[in-house]
Amino acid sequence: MSSQKKVNSWARKRTSQDSSSYQTRLSAWRVKEDLNDSKSISECGQNNTVEDCEGADGQTENALQIALRYFEKGPIKTSQNKEKHLKTVENVAWKNGLAPEGIDILLSVALSGKFGSAVSTRIFKCMIPATLISEDSVVKAVSWLCAGKCSGSTKVLFYRWLVAMFDFIDHKEQINLLYGFFFASLQDDALCPYVCHLLYLLTKKENVLVLFQGMQPHLQALLSLYKFFVPTLISVSLPMKKKIYFKNSENLWQTALLALRSRNQGFPSEPLKLMLANVYPIKRKWNSHSIIPVLNSCNYSKESRKKRMNLSDYFSSNGSFPLEQLKSFPQLLQNIHCLELPSQMGAVLNSSLLLHYINCVRDESLLLRLYHWLSQTLQEECIWYKVNNYDHGKEFANFLDTILRAECFLQEGFYSCEAFLYKSLPLWDGLCCRSQFLQLVSWIPFSSFSEVKPLLFDHLSRLFFTSSIFFKCSVLQCLKELLQNWLLWLSMDVHVKSVRNSPLETTLGGSMNSVSELIHYVGWLSTTAVRLESNRTFLLHFILDFYEKVCDIYINYNLPLVVLFPPGVFYPVLLSLDSSILNQLCYIMDRYHKNLTAAKKNEIEFSFSSKTYQEFNQYLTAMVGCLWTSKPFQKGLYIDPEVLGNASVAEYKKSLNLVHHPAFLSYTVSFLLQECPEERKVNMSSIRGKKWNWYLDYLFSEGLHGLKHFIRSSIHRSSVP
Amino acid sequence: MDSYDAPELTPRQDASSRLKDFFIGATPLQKRLESVRKQTSFIPTPPRRKIPQGSQLQEDVDPQKFAVLLHKQWTLYSLTPLYKFSYTDFKEYSKLLTAFIAAEKKKGLAVEVGDDFNIKVIFSTLMGVKGTERDPEAFLVQILSKSQLPSEHKEGKVLWTGWFCCVFGDSLLETVSEDFTCLPLFLANGAETNTAIIGTWFQKTFDCYFRPLAISSFNLSWMAAMWTACKMDHYMATTEFLWSVPCSPHSLDISYAIHPEDAKALWDNVHKTPGEVTQEEVDLFMDCLYSHFHRHFKIHLSATRLVRVSTSVASAHTDGKIKVSLKKSSYFFLFLHSF
Repeated sequence: MSSQKKVNSWARKRTSQDSSSYQTRLSAWRVKEDLNDSKSISECGQNNTVEDCEGADGQTENALQIALRYFEKGPIKTSQNKEKHLKTVENVAWKNGLAPEGIDILLSVALSGKFGSAVSTRIFKCMIPATLISEDSVVKAVSWLCAGKCSGSTKVLFYRWLVAMFDFIDHKEQINLLYGFFFASLQDDALCPYVCHLLYLLTKKENVLVLFQGMQPHLQALLSLYKFFVPTLISVSLPMKKKIYFKNSENLWQTALLALRSRNQGFPSEPLKLMLANVYPIKRKWNSHSIIPVLNSCNYSKESRKKRMNLSDYFSSNGSFPLEQLKSFPQLLQNIHCLELPSQMGAVLNSSLLLHYINCVRDESLLLRLYHWLSQTLQEECIWYKVNNYDHGKEFANFLDTILRAECFLQEGFYSCEAFLYKSLPLWDGLCCRSQFLQLVSWIPFSSFSEVKPLLFDHLSRLFFTSSIFFKCSVLQCLKELLQNWLLWLSMDVHVKSVRNSPLETTLGGSMNSVSELIHYVGWLSTTAVRLESNRTFLLHFILDFYEKVCDIYINYNLPLVVLFPPGVFYPVLLSLDSSILNQLCYIMDRYHKNLTAAKKNEIEFSFSSKTYQEFNQYLTAMVGCLWTSKPFQKGLYIDPEVLGNASVAEYKKSLNLVHHPAFLSYTVSFLLQECPEERKVNMSSIRGKKWNWYLDYLFSEGLHGLKHFIRSSIHRSSVP
Repeated sequence: MDSYDAPELTPRQDASSRLKDFFIGATPLQKRLESVRKQTSFIPTPPRRKIPQGSQLQEDVDPQKFAVLLHKQWTLYSLTPLYKFSYTDFKEYSKLLTAFIAAEKKKGLAVEVGDDFNIKVIFSTLMGVKGTERDPEAFLVQILSKSQLPSEHKEGKVLWTGWFCCVFGDSLLETVSEDFTCLPLFLANGAETNTAIIGTWFQKTFDCYFRPLAISSFNLSWMAAMWTACKMDHYMATTEFLWSVPCSPHSLDISYAIHPEDAKALWDNVHKTPGEVTQEEVDLFMDCLYSHFHRHFKIHLSATRLVRVSTSVASAHTDGKIKVSLKKSSYFFLFLHSF
């Protein structure tokens, strides 16, 4: 318990510190991880029975503490325990990673050689940091090296580990002070390559004060860095036409780190074995553990094209700013003119800073690179082209989520996704990755609706009509978002570009036509859906949500378009049994009213067809008739009196107003009961005159604001019945 | 909704250049999208294909180089256009790729470009392996092992071979800008680990992407028909088809071997239009085979999946593995064209 608390406070302390000293791209997610981790640890620490921490986890935590204490104390002559504790440490480490405290202890244990070389090796192999490694631990470890209690192979392993984990060390100032110590270790032939690598990471200009001979590749690599920093001090001539490689991506810990990272980011926690196993029957993932490539600046092709393979040129070329150093938005702004682009453009999906960059640099080949990669990857990863594979399905969904995050960030759809939808939507079952798929639809870039309809929307409507009400609602929701994205795009575009004089002409009318076709398409879907689902309130809500967007196009987006809902939507909604639906209808009618009035004022600029006004007035009359004057459907509707007689509603005309409308019945009753709670029988027709106004106030106080707006704008209160 | 169309009505007429670009399809990206739309809305495969007669281009093929491509099993990949690839930098590429392979194999130790490794990578063009003048040149990448002895046999045996080509890629070429080299087909022979390393290097260096290319049953039957149609002086192998029946626990394979002369005779009966092959002919050819099989074994092969076709000319498997046996180059082009 106490050590857990310590860990917790430690983690908090770390997160509050400045992260600018981190050297590479790892830092971005590491800080996030740190936060997550400290949270979960504190939850466990405060209360062992918190649901968030599974019981099993709590147990292993305790087992880990016991195991760590065991190792800390030193060997006791029962080897059985040793194996058990070692297993515990390994299991926890590979699953969750180790806290800085744990690493501190284990590092000392491994380098003290107390348990022998074999145990030390095993400890090193599982020393996977969950968050960070404390600099103090490393300094302590170095002092253990001086004590000379561990074997040569353990030392080698220590250096390899240190190089691999270099970016996880929270600070490097003190380690840098030990530069001389590391330098002296170069004399050990076995250690030399690894120490060189460490020094390569550690070296700063001020460190380059010494000079030595040696012509092995790793030494050369280090020396050339020295020479770059202080050329006068290095008299050795180095072959400059060579490029140096330090390759450390494929080390012992990389796989575990990547697996841990993806788990800590909230991906499903499969056992490690699955992550490592070859899930892909056809092509093994080439040298990468995620679909999206890792961010690396262009190094090979650009260099080779310039025929300039000089390392110092590589470092000093003022022309470019390496991506790995890009950490903040101000940095991006300062270096935007000389940013080195990633060697694989797909990597931008994981970097919000580069997405900013992509957004403002309209370089066609840059977009084409992203387009090619994304199209091909989507096709390869798409699961219904493969045998159903659950794990892979999750990975694909995660990939789509990443794409969607980027689209949302850029507020713009990718053409590759659109092309992918053309190919895959006809084969989609409507279930697999549903949410992601529909979101992709909502990010289709603005285009001519009639052109896209046979490729996409015809397939979508087939799925729509044959699927559950929930699917129907999700589709309506996604079409609402699509409409919103198109409207935003068009309205932005109109404002920004109207200033410029472009030689090409496309009429605004053309684009408005496309939008209106989309709205009519949704109207058609809604009309049929209302019938199929027999006026279900749930569905009506989603339909009205869509029309809430539609009715405000003129005022909210400043675009010359007013499209009303079809009668197949309007009348079922008007006669709905649900007051919130009716309230929403009132709100929408009020907004239509305001939009049409505003448009009428600017008639010189735009004019809508008189048909729209006629249609609106017809709806308005019907609404006033049903809610206020009790004279519904005066025009254009004839119902055989016999039918009404059979339904025993011969007096139907009196039964539709604010008091008698079925959606408001419950309000009427509770209003009357409020007045005289003892009453067994209420007289509904008593609501008249002044009481009618009180009743209205009562309805408004119950939160029917849509109704309030509608009555204020469309009905003259003098005409109280 | 119709009155706002009149162009002189609105001052906001001049919408966006992007919007206009969209409708006109001006940029390569939009051309690409247009072509995807077209491909999607029409039947993907043309109902007839011409049998290409040897063009002058193919005469340029170096027979020695060409021999490298024969009698090997190739795994097919589809490849996106290479960014900033240059035919003049082959020497640089072989140095970099050699070092990259060495670095991958050494894992963690420093290596340098130009070092003496026990392998060597060679890039070379495959002159003439293309469909039209506009297609970019194909090129070959080979990994050779260097023998340790400094004898006259300095170049050792070939460890891995791969080549990139574009045959009749007109529709693709239209949609990329000049920064890209469009070689959509990649064929590899050798250890999968080497393919992975080299593929990774290409992906990192030229921002391209490799995807395994499977051959559909539909295309396999086209290949079967077109290869059967090839006139041969003597046949080296029987014509063989392999169908797969998905059933548990193990799928059932049905192999169907025909004497190549019989297959050719059947095809000659089916084939009516000189110079080209039509979808009807292919269907009829396969239907004849099905009905023959059904008469003897009462099994409807049309209900199963064709997974492999092998003839004297070439063989192909649905998982994207092919092998070309015949030396006559025009047949080889016929094959490449079928993708």
